[in-house]
Amino acid sequence: MNTILTINNLTKRFGTLTAVDDLSFTIEKGNVYGILGPNGSGKSTTLGIVLNVVNKTAGNFHWFDGSSTTHEALKNVGAIIEHPNFYPYMTAVQNLELVCKIKGVAKEKVEEKLAIVDLLERKDSKFKEFSLGMKQRLAIASALLNDPEILILDEPTNGLDPQGIHQIRGIIKNIASQGTTILLASHLLDEVEKVCTHVVILRKGKSLYTGTVDGMNASHGFLTLQSNDMNALEAAMQGHPSFGTMKREADSLIVYLKEPMDASEVNRLLFEKGISLSHLVKRKESLEEQFLELTKKQN
Amino acid sequence: MLRLLSIELHKLRFSRSTKIISAVYFILITFIALIASIEFSFGGVNFRIADQGIFNFPFIWHFNTYIAAILKFFLAIVIVSMVSNEYSFRTLKQNLIDGLSKKEFILSKFLTVLLFAVISTLFVLIVSIILGMSFSDKLEWDVIFYDLDYLGAYFLKLVGFFSFCLFLAVLIKRSAFALGFLFIWFILEQITYAMMKWWIFKGTDIADTITQFYPLEAMSNLIKEPWTRLGLVQTAASQLGESFTKNYEVQLLPIIVVSVWTVIFIYGAYALLKKRDL
Repeated sequence: MNTILTINNLTKRFGTLTAVDDLSFTIEKGNVYGILGPNGSGKSTTLGIVLNVVNKTAGNFHWFDGSSTTHEALKNVGAIIEHPNFYPYMTAVQNLELVCKIKGVAKEKVEEKLAIVDLLERKDSKFKEFSLGMKQRLAIASALLNDPEILILDEPTNGLDPQGIHQIRGIIKNIASQGTTILLASHLLDEVEKVCTHVVILRKGKSLYTGTVDGMNASHGFLTLQSNDMNALEAAMQGHPSFGTMKREADSLIVYLKEPMDASEVNRLLFEKGISLSHLVKRKESLEEQFLELTKKQN
Repeated sequence: MLRLLSIELHKLRFSRSTKIISAVYFILITFIALIASIEFSFGGVNFRIADQGIFNFPFIWHFNTYIAAILKFFLAIVIVSMVSNEYSFRTLKQNLIDGLSKKEFILSKFLTVLLFAVISTLFVLIVSIILGMSFSDKLEWDVIFYDLDYLGAYFLKLVGFFSFCLFLAVLIKRSAFALGFLFIWFILEQITYAMMKWWIFKGTDIADTITQFYPLEAMSNLIKEPWTRLGLVQTAASQLGESFTKNYEVQLLPIIVVSVWTVIFIYGAYALLKKRDL
């Protein structure tokens, strides 16, 4: 697999505060990564370092195979951090043409990318007249100009209204489906859960976990069941080696699996015991539950 | 090189205030011609400035470059705001993320400074030739192109001054404060000169020796004031039993001093930017 970004023992100190502490991870091509962490966990600082705007204190990082300088490599990266930053007195097209000049891309890309983010109609409006959602979409168009190998987004839905959030997520999913590697920093767990395949979890500048979303937790998920006769259901499930702890929650029974098991298999098993289910859902713990679990363990 | 220049010009091209200030600047340079039409009476005698020989070749080079250099403050506003805007719009950060290096960023600004200085110098050259052709007594080629080194000094003076503005803008990040600091710096140069001249090194030339290495002082030494060279003033002075024995030529020392300061300012701006977290 191709490595896009390699970070080794990266450290950044602001005075006495250590924002990034001996951080190491790699980003592989083709995955959608989420960098998770509470506010102040070093997400933005880490991105700032690899994007050439913050100076590292120690450690090293390199883009791709490490053969070119950071600013040359950045021409193959698309990134938006924090607010969309453009020249307010220029129109959308003029702003994007400037980015083309910096990245060394042909101007013809501008309209194509504006179409992706649905801004073609407003292409000759000045940036200062845009709403926040439009600014954010323009920033995504700008980051896509060079058909980047990786798209880095730092809190892309921050401050947007629900419609704007939905729009941005749609665009991100669309880009991801075309095979572009994405690195998404967010403190919104469900956002990461909805679009990411891999996560890097940061806390106080340290990496707690790097890997697939599924691999974060060794558990096999849990079942939520409902039946007309809940007591019979609970009795039927007890004693079976595949089922672990059970608990009643409202009018449902929650059962944790000890080993992998299909929902259909559970259904058949119970049917054989004469119990018909009115509700059966098999689900993994949400990222939020896993994240809290993981940060708790480290304390 | 051309890429960096075209990036910077793209940023300036769409800014209305930049366009207006630059236009005013170049129009004002052509207004030097208006001096020719100034007439006034003094003690019953009618004077016409144009008749005082200010537009005679080769003196016109000295006079016009001196006057035009006063107008550099207009362009200083453009230079300072083209840097401080990058901070206030946070586009500096975005430029770096998009793949511009910090070195390229400073270089693109410096190339623009050079371009402004070149255009301004050419402008003064053209205005002077037209004015000289209209008003000068002598029109031989060797007289016309004598003392052309004033144009070189003018160019260097602009480059040095704008580089100082560039450095201050990178240092202070806000245009109003950067221009304010420039003014404070000017006053500091004057105060320290006065303190050394009339107090610390009283009665010696040490103060003058030191201050000629000050950046603004060296820039002003590149083209000395032309007034005491005017026929009118010379006559008046000799009637009072005074005479000016000043060397009005462009001298080597200020050229070296201003060049060194320019290097310091540009490198300083780069070093500042490199050290900073944005």
